[in-house]
Amino acid sequence: MLRFIVRRLLQLIPTLGGLSILLFVWLQRLPGGPEYALLPDDATAEQRAALRRSLGLEEPVAVQYLAFLRRITQGDLGTSIQTGRPVLEEFLLRFPATFELAVTAMLIAVTAGLPLGYLAARRRGTVLDFAAVGGSLLGICTPVFFLAFILKVIFAERLGVFPSAFRLSPGLSRTDITGFVVLDGLMTREWDVVTDALAHLVLPGLALASIPLAVITRMTRASVLEVMGEDYVRTANAKGLHRTTVRTRHVLRNALLPVVTAVGLLAGSLFAGAVLTESVFAFPGIGSFVYEATQNRDYPVLTGFILLIATMYVFINLLVDISYSLLDPRVRAQ
Amino acid sequence: MTTSTPLLAVDELSVVFHRKGQGETRAVDGVSFTLEEGRVTGLVGESGCGKSVTSLALMGLLPDRGVKVGGSALIRLPDGEQDLLKVSQRRMRDLRGSQLAMIFQDPLSSLNPVVPIGVQVTEILSRHRGMRGAAARREAADLLQRVGIPDPTRRLGEYPHQLSGGMRQRALIAMAVACRPKLMIADEPTTALDVTIQAQILELLRDLVTEEGTALLMITHDLGVVAGLCDEINVLYAGKAVETAPRGPLFADPAHPYTVGLLGSIPRLDAPRGEPLTPVRGSVNDNIAWADGCAFAPRCDHYTMECLQGPPPLVGASGDEEGPGHIHRCVNPVGRAGPDRPEPETPAAASEEERG
Amino acid sequence: MPTTPSTNPSQVPLHQRRAAKVDRLAELMGERGDEGHGAGVWREALQRMRRSPMAITGAAIVALFVVVALLSEFIAPYGATSQTWGGEVFPNRNEFVGPRAENWLGLDHLGRDMFSRMVIGARQTLLVGVVATLVGFLFGALLGGAAGACSVLGGRWGRQVDNVVMRVIDMMLAMPTLLLAVTVAALVGPSLTTVMVAVGVAQIPIFARLLRGAMISQGSREYVLAAEALGVRRHRIALTHILPNSMGPVIVQSTLTLATAIIDAAALSYLGLGNPDASSPEWGTMLSEAQRFLSSAPSLAVYPALGIIITALGFTLLGEALREALDPKLRK
Repeated sequence: MLRFIVRRLLQLIPTLGGLSILLFVWLQRLPGGPEYALLPDDATAEQRAALRRSLGLEEPVAVQYLAFLRRITQGDLGTSIQTGRPVLEEFLLRFPATFELAVTAMLIAVTAGLPLGYLAARRRGTVLDFAAVGGSLLGICTPVFFLAFILKVIFAERLGVFPSAFRLSPGLSRTDITGFVVLDGLMTREWDVVTDALAHLVLPGLALASIPLAVITRMTRASVLEVMGEDYVRTANAKGLHRTTVRTRHVLRNALLPVVTAVGLLAGSLFAGAVLTESVFAFPGIGSFVYEATQNRDYPVLTGFILLIATMYVFINLLVDISYSLLDPRVRAQ
Repeated sequence: MTTSTPLLAVDELSVVFHRKGQGETRAVDGVSFTLEEGRVTGLVGESGCGKSVTSLALMGLLPDRGVKVGGSALIRLPDGEQDLLKVSQRRMRDLRGSQLAMIFQDPLSSLNPVVPIGVQVTEILSRHRGMRGAAARREAADLLQRVGIPDPTRRLGEYPHQLSGGMRQRALIAMAVACRPKLMIADEPTTALDVTIQAQILELLRDLVTEEGTALLMITHDLGVVAGLCDEINVLYAGKAVETAPRGPLFADPAHPYTVGLLGSIPRLDAPRGEPLTPVRGSVNDNIAWADGCAFAPRCDHYTMECLQGPPPLVGASGDEEGPGHIHRCVNPVGRAGPDRPEPETPAAASEEERG
Repeated sequence: MPTTPSTNPSQVPLHQRRAAKVDRLAELMGERGDEGHGAGVWREALQRMRRSPMAITGAAIVALFVVVALLSEFIAPYGATSQTWGGEVFPNRNEFVGPRAENWLGLDHLGRDMFSRMVIGARQTLLVGVVATLVGFLFGALLGGAAGACSVLGGRWGRQVDNVVMRVIDMMLAMPTLLLAVTVAALVGPSLTTVMVAVGVAQIPIFARLLRGAMISQGSREYVLAAEALGVRRHRIALTHILPNSMGPVIVQSTLTLATAIIDAAALSYLGLGNPDASSPEWGTMLSEAQRFLSSAPSLAVYPALGIIITALGFTLLGEALREALDPKLRK
């Protein structure tokens, strides 16, 4: 097992290296060069030249690449134009909020999607199945930001059952230990903080969960349907095993394998999806920050975010592979 | 031969599939046969003749929806006689694995790929014999040993993909015999295996039948398997048994043209060199509904107008000495010039005419 | 000589009895209604789709959308930018105009006819969807086809090319392409082309992986081996046998991508990358413009949102139905 993980980690090196080259070339090829992005439009030619020199853009490409590589491996993603502070610092500051939101969304998607998909498969052709399939198609076809707005207007503005913005109600005092509001609240037993934070997570969590929920429901349904038709399920029934044994050990154990992969990849996409959701709910996470960056041409933040997402994607892929090999003995053997 | 009541008496079993927008398909159309303890009964026919559906119907493994099962299948159990087609689903689950067992065609796909062999064997022991823990594992190892799997304790922890094809089928047989069932159904258990392994598996099955007194229903398209293993044979065509006979008479003196055709399709070592094989023309899809006449008529070289006037009745094979065990469903049985055969049409002439 | 079903068949001449026999057999077999044997995979799939309510719904939606998009000039009663009723709408005072006789869907926040803008927007939306899908399809198929062909043709060289292409595709998958597009737009300014290219590029790795996977699985089929044994050149096999047989999943994906592209384009509009040209409104742009008035005049956002959702649903239904119809497992 350890050997497998080490080998997969080694395989990451060319992928990450390639990614860094891709990103570097991308930065080089930006139309007009970064000095146009970083300076106001009416900057003089001397100002541009000075910036190019200070950014090291007059050096040979290889030297520039190595410098770039050194910077990003040291965690230097540049300085945000909006706040004037290092991009990585800004990200780390906002990471707990986005992480809490992503976990909430994934919890909603998995706890609702798995049973829904399973029941839809078991009751194939019934109203429940039709509703699950129709609902998930609708979920995939609805733009996330629109769904977020609808949720906000209906449940926050019209009905007032959930707060419409931020992580916590203004004026609520809390002890900050880790930056994770819910976790801190649990640790310090500030129950009002916990419930308030959870209430703030509901609407953005639902909006962000819409796509993963739809995908997990559909995948679980398709996978369970396929497994239910497998020969070994017939064998299990022929052995006279109890229904629950057949359903858990023989159907679900196999049907969940492809769903695990999907859950992993969806988890990676949540951070990118957070850009759309967080901005609607003014949720102070990385997503909102990046949304601001798109509006203000804060280009170090954007590239930093791209690098962050790409790295996360690569590592989540690795985690998926490892968990898959734990679950499926056929993969383990190879 | 045996005077006692049979272990299982299947009478007029029919299975009809209903499909949305496609009408109904009669997969099994009135099949009757009996199984005796310690004997092997064969169900022979081409793919699509309804032999697998018959076995699934007996095991109660057909889908819940879109299927109508008719007829009866009376089985003699320790607690009295019961109709397998009428017992409740809960009762059926108790019977399956303990009184009835089944061995399937493809051993790889019939084993759960992500569960160790040991668990797949012990789960049936804990379900029907209440065995747990170390005792169950010991019994599982014994079972594997009994079906000829070497080093059984190690095998218990392995997964299906780590076993060879023959070992997988042995493991499945171990699960089938785990609770000493009265009745075992084997659905083409050797089709997916090498010839040498086939022989080993058949021998294992034969031994289990003689040692345990289990009744074995052998489903196959392979007449070689039939010749080597079966005591009684039912030949199925398009959902109906067209000929039933003990092994000897069936091979020596087949009555139904389809049986003759099947036998003629086997290459024989003792046949003169250069003698052509005589395949059965067409495919199993070229048939007519039994209600209209003999379903085999479109492929038959001997059919006459009488074959197309309603379902042919089941009759005893006349004109030979093999007794009441040999029955068939043909108006013009082969080698038996009945009174209703005034027109000696040669097969060659008839087939020429149809092709032209 | 009349041939009544005689009591004694031997009185009827032999050839007539044979003819009657054959006729009767043909009649009985005819009743079974043979299903067309040997029809091509695609024709069979089409036949199955004609019976599927999912496919019919999807096709109806897509057909309506395409007709409206193509004939938008003739359907739209007014221009997209004509502010004829500009004096009747005051967004800052929350005064909007709902549906009425001359404006079927009411007016937008600038006093433009909603219905006309929706109809004209259909064409822009279709354009974005089609062009983006084409970009993804063409480049994806090129990359995936090259990788797949190299892998199937085999050899050390082929496998290495396949490996390199796959690593590139993996890296592309890792990149959040839509955000890359946002960076472009942040630098060169938003335009319809940026949207189309950005959305299309995001789809390239998906198409590439699909086609490559399908080609490799086709490449290990027996008919390929058979063709090879018959002495057909390998690259000829790849082109004339493997590639056409691998197109099924790619075509299904194209249909699904049309839906994804429309939704992604809307997301880009929301991020400020939408087409700024008011004369050719696109539903995504209209939707993100209307977000501001969602609580006071929800219909301004709901119409384009419904347009996007229903159209995307139409393409998705059609694609899923096609996938089911082509699935060999479900064929029986």
